[in-house]
This record gives sequence, C-alpha cells and structure tokens, in this order.
Amino acid sequence: MKYTQGQYPIIEKKTLAKEMYSFVILCPEVAEMASPGQFVHIRIGSFTLRRPISICEIDKVKGTLRIVFEVRGKGTAEIAALNKGDLIDMLAPLGHGFTVNPDAKKVILIGGGIGTPPMLPLAQIYGEKATVITGFRSANAVILQEDFKKTGAETILCTDDGTMGIGGFVTQPFETLVNLGDIDAVYACGPMPMLRGIAALAKANNVPLCEVSLEERMACGVGACLGCACKVKRNDEEYFLHVCKNGPVFNAEEVVW
Amino acid sequence: MADLSVNVAGVEFKNPIIPASGVFGYGREYEEFYPLSKLGGIATKGTTGTLRTGNLSPRIAETPAGMLNSVGLQNPGIDTFIEKELPNLLTKDTVILANIAGSTPEECAEVAAKLDKTDVHMIELNISCPNVKQGGAAFGTSCTSAEAVTAAVRKATSKPLVVKLSPNVTSITEIAKAVESAGADALSMINTLLGMRIDVRTRRPILRNNVGGLSGPAILPVAVRMIWQTANAVSIPIIGMGGVSTGEDAIELMMAGASAVQVGAAIFTDPYAPIKIVDEMNDFLDAQGIASVRDVIGTVQPW
Repeated sequence: MKYTQGQYPIIEKKTLAKEMYSFVILCPEVAEMASPGQFVHIRIGSFTLRRPISICEIDKVKGTLRIVFEVRGKGTAEIAALNKGDLIDMLAPLGHGFTVNPDAKKVILIGGGIGTPPMLPLAQIYGEKATVITGFRSANAVILQEDFKKTGAETILCTDDGTMGIGGFVTQPFETLVNLGDIDAVYACGPMPMLRGIAALAKANNVPLCEVSLEERMACGVGACLGCACKVKRNDEEYFLHVCKNGPVFNAEEVVW
Repeated sequence: MADLSVNVAGVEFKNPIIPASGVFGYGREYEEFYPLSKLGGIATKGTTGTLRTGNLSPRIAETPAGMLNSVGLQNPGIDTFIEKELPNLLTKDTVILANIAGSTPEECAEVAAKLDKTDVHMIELNISCPNVKQGGAAFGTSCTSAEAVTAAVRKATSKPLVVKLSPNVTSITEIAKAVESAGADALSMINTLLGMRIDVRTRRPILRNNVGGLSGPAILPVAVRMIWQTANAVSIPIIGMGGVSTGEDAIELMMAGASAVQVGAAIFTDPYAPIKIVDEMNDFLDAQGIASVRDVIGTVQPW
C-alpha cells in the first residue's frame, strides 16, 4: 500500500442534495496511486481525528479525485464549508479496495445512501457489464444517477418511501437479478443490515465473488493504531482485522456479521 | 542547531521525541512518510505473553481536543513480536522501547525475560492500560501491586526498565516512589485518562467497551502537573507524554521534569508530527540561545 499526505486544491464544489457535497480535488500523485474502493483521510482544523471519505472518481489523466460526502456532524460540516480554491489536507489513498475481475461478464453494484459513491469507479470500469442498484431514503436524497448512466451500466433506483424509482430496499431488485443466475461478482457499500442481506443472497446463489465496503470509527487510517476493528473468519478462526488497512473492502464470506 | 541529544537511564537518544506505544504499531505504516532514523526512539505496540484479540468495535471516539480509545491491547504476542517485528525495528537506527503488559506479574516477567535475550534497547512496562479487565491499570493503581509487578520484571531482565504510570490514581507520586524502590530505571507518564462518551440519541456509550482512555491536547496540563510533581518526588528520569502536539508542548514537559517526550494522538492528526516537533524544539532552543535541550530539563521556576 502506497500513500502520501499533502494539501491539495479543491477545483470543483457541487451540492448534490441536502447536506450532500461533491468535491473534485487536484492531487496527481494521489490519483496515480488510487484504486476503486480506497478512501482519503481528511484533516479538519479543530479536530484531533481525521475523517475517512470514500473515493467516488479517479481521473489519472487529469490527476484528480472526486469525493462525495454527507454532513453527519461538526467535522463533516467543517469540510463542507471549504470552497473551490481552498486546500484540503489529505492522507491518501488509503485502504484495500475492490477486486476487479477483467473476465467478468455480468456484475452487480449496490449502493445504499452515502454508500453509493464508491460504486462509481467500478461502474466506470465495468460499463455495460454492470447493473447498478442504488437506494436512498427519499427522492430528495438521490445522488449520482446521471453519473452512473454515463458509464453505460444499467441502473435501478430505489427509494425507501417510493417517491422515486422502485419503492423499498435495494435487496428486492437484487434478489430478482441474482436469482436469474450467471452473476460473476457483486460489490456493495451501505448500511450493515443491507450488506448482511446482500451477502446472504449472494452466498445462497453461489456468486463467485461478493465484496462489501465497511465503515468503522477510525483514528490513524494506516493500520497502526488498531482502532477500527472488524471481526472476520479465516480458516475457521475468528479474529479482528482493520477497516483502514485490511479493508474497507472485505470478502463478504469472511465478515462475521 | 541546538544539541537535541538526551540520555535516559544510560540510553542515548539522538533527540527526545518518541512515538508513544499504541499509536505507531511497529513503525511500518509510518516509514511511508519518513525514515524512522529521524526519531529519537519508538515505543512499540504493547505486547503480552500470548496473542490478544482486543475489544469489540467501536474502539475510537472523538472528544473536545482529543479522543478516547479502547483497543484493549490487541497484539500478536511476544514470540511473534520478537521473531517478526523486532529484528526489522533494530535496523532502523533509533532507540527501540519494547512496551509490554500482562494479566499477572508472572506474565509480565516472562515477556521481559524473553526480551532480555534480544538486542532491544529498553523495556517499557505498562502498568496502566485502562482498557483491559485484568492486569493493566489494576497494577498501576495501588502501590503494593505496582511495586510487585515492577520487582518481578526487574528480576527477569537487566535491560533498562521504564515503568509507564497511570494518571487514574489519587497520588501518582506514591506510586512513582513504590516503582522506583522496586528497581525501575525510569518512569514514563502519563498514560491515558479514563473517560466516557454517550450518544445522546441512542443512549449508548460510543465505545463498545463503555469507557476508554482519553488522549490528545485536552490532557496536556494534567501531564505537565503530574510530571512536575513526580520529578520532585523521585530521582529516576521521566519520559513525559500527554497531549503533546508542538515543539513548545514538548519543551513544557521537559521543563516540568521530563528527560524525553513521547507523542501519541498528534500523529493521528498529522503523521509528520514527531518530525515537526523535533524541528520546532530546535527552533525554540536556537531562538532562546540555549545550546542543549538537556539544559531545559526540570528548569521550571515555580512560584
């Protein structure tokens, strides 16, 4: 894992929905090293701990990264107050990302709420081979639909309250698709109950690869402090790995739910 | 350029700054940023007799000007440390303090005896971890148990022995004196202060362990006070720590009586913190016309 720390200019800022922001950051050396599923760890002036935010787009030619995040508290509010031209202090790119299977013919990408952004780099790689299922609370929280359509992927939108797309959770259209068979890989990021449901369905349908991106309260971001523990099972033994270094992406079969 | 070298219990440090145990792993993750030889020393992740899995998540919570942790001494055990990590660390041209802990004095002594056969430079005995049920802080909060575990480890090793004290006590000077009389060569202090945060919406503690250790800038004045009181009560040297994030913070701990300084939570905010602190200490000494950092140790002029 290669990473660096620096201050990089924000070259574009957009508001995507209520309390949902998109930054494009000019950071050629980070973009060069970054891969889908990794994250950046952002320093905020008045806090001891950085904030981990997943990478939403990687443009190695332009040397940019895009991040999309939701204001959840005072720390993310402070990040959201930054503007175009401001410098952002990042430790990046961090973590173990998604495994891309170049031979895959059909993959499903599933994003729940603010778990949606890390699915975009995968959609850009898989294009028409991908079906993207995204779910949000309500129509006013829906993000990134045009970005996903541009990749050539098929998109299925769900809202919990039925105000846009299919009413209900992402697990329903996923179940229908996965039951049809021939799925080479499933990738998901979102709330734990959603990930648990997807992992169970993928396993029941013998999908060869199911990867999930997890979240945990984090300190160092590089695997030194052992703060962000996640219980996994390997060779019938349960132990703790760390979301920042061994993850955030884990094989769903290994996660102890 | 001021002389930044210090000596603690006969061990020479090229500068006084040491990443504290628990924040720096075994150094591998931070070598991506700078050569470890720039550090005065490294206090390694606390190691016990056998593998420990640690506490359930969440293990981390933010606090005003600091953070709580309840990692719970997750480590691969002393044999793996000696075999897989220590040889690499000993090539880094910096002082290695092997931080050790255990549930019983016998476990601590056994770990120390294994390290005694290695080329590690110092042993830092943790009698103050607030995050494990047995051992840890249980040793560090009474004079008799602090003395007993120190004496047991002292018998097991002739390496320079640093004992890391808990601030969660009524009188830290009494514990310090007990540890000194049991044969410690130096003290390191302060470990984290026991704290707690509650999510007011769920009414659940943020930490799965309910409580955890507070570190970060919030605890700096507690560290200054305890180091000052302890330096006046014992004659062995002190490695100070607690909320240091700038060169002047480190100088402040040294003026209170510390001979070297560990840096913890500041590394999470800025991985370059230890390197910047060394540079800032040098700048301060140059600006003040002080030739050696040793000349500031214990020089506070109390009212």
